[in-house]
Amino acid sequence: MTSVDTTARRTIEVALGTSGLDANGLPLRAPLVVQGQSAVALDALEALEGMSRHEPELDSDHMLINIGPQHPATHGVLRLVLELDGETVVRCIPHIGYLHCGFEKIGEYRQYNQIIPWTDREDYLNSPGNNVAFAMGCERLFGVEITPRCTVLRVIAMELARIISHVVWLGTTSVDIGAFTPFLWLYQERENVYNLLEGWVGARLTTSMTRVGGMAADIPDGWLDGLRAFIKGFSKTLEESVKMLETNAIWAGRTVGLGAMSAEEAVNAGLSGPMLRASGVAYDVRKDFPYMDYETYDFDVPVGTAGDVYDRFLVRVEEMRQSIRILEQAVRRLPDGPVNIDDPRLILPPKHKATSEMESMIHHFKLVMEGPRPPAGECYVAVESPKGEKGYYMVSDGSAKPVRWRIRPPSFVNLSAIPKMVEGHLLSDVIAINASIDIVMGEIDR
Amino acid sequence: MPATPRGLPHRGGALNPSAAALSERFGAAIQRAEATWGETTVVVAREAIHEVVQWLHDEPSERYDYLVDVTAVEYRDAMRPLEVVWHLRALGARRFLRLKVELPSRGPLVVPSVMDIYSGADWLERECFDMFGITFEGHPDLRRILLWESYKEGYPLRKNFPLRGRFSRAEQLKQALAQDPEARYSMNELSIAEAFDSLPDDMRRRLAEERARTGSEGGE
Repeated sequence: MTSVDTTARRTIEVALGTSGLDANGLPLRAPLVVQGQSAVALDALEALEGMSRHEPELDSDHMLINIGPQHPATHGVLRLVLELDGETVVRCIPHIGYLHCGFEKIGEYRQYNQIIPWTDREDYLNSPGNNVAFAMGCERLFGVEITPRCTVLRVIAMELARIISHVVWLGTTSVDIGAFTPFLWLYQERENVYNLLEGWVGARLTTSMTRVGGMAADIPDGWLDGLRAFIKGFSKTLEESVKMLETNAIWAGRTVGLGAMSAEEAVNAGLSGPMLRASGVAYDVRKDFPYMDYETYDFDVPVGTAGDVYDRFLVRVEEMRQSIRILEQAVRRLPDGPVNIDDPRLILPPKHKATSEMESMIHHFKLVMEGPRPPAGECYVAVESPKGEKGYYMVSDGSAKPVRWRIRPPSFVNLSAIPKMVEGHLLSDVIAINASIDIVMGEIDR
Repeated sequence: MPATPRGLPHRGGALNPSAAALSERFGAAIQRAEATWGETTVVVAREAIHEVVQWLHDEPSERYDYLVDVTAVEYRDAMRPLEVVWHLRALGARRFLRLKVELPSRGPLVVPSVMDIYSGADWLERECFDMFGITFEGHPDLRRILLWESYKEGYPLRKNFPLRGRFSRAEQLKQALAQDPEARYSMNELSIAEAFDSLPDDMRRRLAEERARTGSEGGE
């Protein structure tokens, strides 16, 4: 018996090009070693020679790695510092603030209507929703009631924004997890919504569509036909895309059981929106603290059972279906009438009046130069944004600019729970879990 | 069924029943309760705030299980106290309550942390510290969150902070360029990354100081 030359270890293909079968025609077990001119399984040799096999040394120190700040799968400028034991995440420390631009500070130096363009830019997938939320807060602060037509138009705008946001979430998350087709299909639908918004207010992403006491514009003639066509086409695309993922083995394998939060944990951590509902808590601001007459619409609040990434996917998909239902009802009930309230303290007079009537000119001048002044007071208004409970806490001291404009960002609070969700999972799952939170860094950093 | 609020009064109106319950339970620690635009604000003495929040969270008849927000307000009138604001929700009873603690803006800005009650308070309190310089006593990891750790200009949302910052643009640019963004690790990470040789000197010094202070060995 010749001794084994361990330096000559090779894979069978490289060393000999044999079929990998032993003398009896049975497959050889790896790892193989070269012995003479044939390949022999190492196990067989050890059994023959009584050699002990040593496992390779795999224990090692924990490794510290950075994901981000520049990483396509973090959906923005997010940096996650991960402590890894092999491939398992032991600890996760998120770093944010790379996009911080001081929205709240800037708001203290702006009149109320001048802040509305800033609200576009925090959660930029939900600009109409932010516009509506901010205008709603101002109207609470001024103590005015908007018109019925305006209420329904705002609901249409917010539900369209919810669809855009969820569509972008579903598309980008499927890319993160390795599916490309739904991304293309869904982004086409997103374009359709943006075309609708462009037809309405002239802007696609940063809509700035509300004003204190009304809207920037009424919908143009024939716009509702476009909306109806979108509703019809979108339902089909959505179902097709969902069919691609819902029972897909890869999708399920990459999402089921990941990042689960129990209902108590989720409530205690302040999660909101689909993140909270996936954990089984049916808290939806539209139902529990309604605004814009949401209590008169017929829609359901989907909840999950496991609170994992797959449940969050199911909840968001169902929310899009419910948004379609709300849109259909809103189109049916949209009343005629004025969009803006009849209050010269808040609403600019029409151009022809401002240039021909003394009274209107004075109102125009005062509104533009000084801005409307609410009475001293404070209010907290919350809307159900696609990410969760989006709140604006506004404090006025009676001047034309707010003393404090606080944004309660849902993604910020949701992201703060990420260490709890990823610890114990594999590195590759961090991407899926992070995607499931649906973060928009513009809103987190503000 | 809850409904969209309409015709809310500017001042007055029905108070949240929890305000009366709080007054009954805590007496003089509840300084006042008022309603503005239909929302109840309860002003609490600083010493009692943690106990009040704990009671609101645990008491079966209250069950404020959801912390919406922690923030602060400083008024333009320098004589008015700075207010720390907690927004709480009882998801079951669909109630909303605003708690406030008034801090004299010249005194120490310290309030207790509620992170042991609501884990979601972690980042909210850090942001409030970052923006106003309010210390939340008992928070295990109170450090800047949106701004970087070596930010030297102060607390941006304070009213004495100018809109464009305290430093000149040239100085701001100089400081920004002097940063090594990859080298910034928190204390938490420093204890993980003990073996990292690439840490800058000041971080190593801070780690040593922190260890001396806590008396721990650091690391895992």
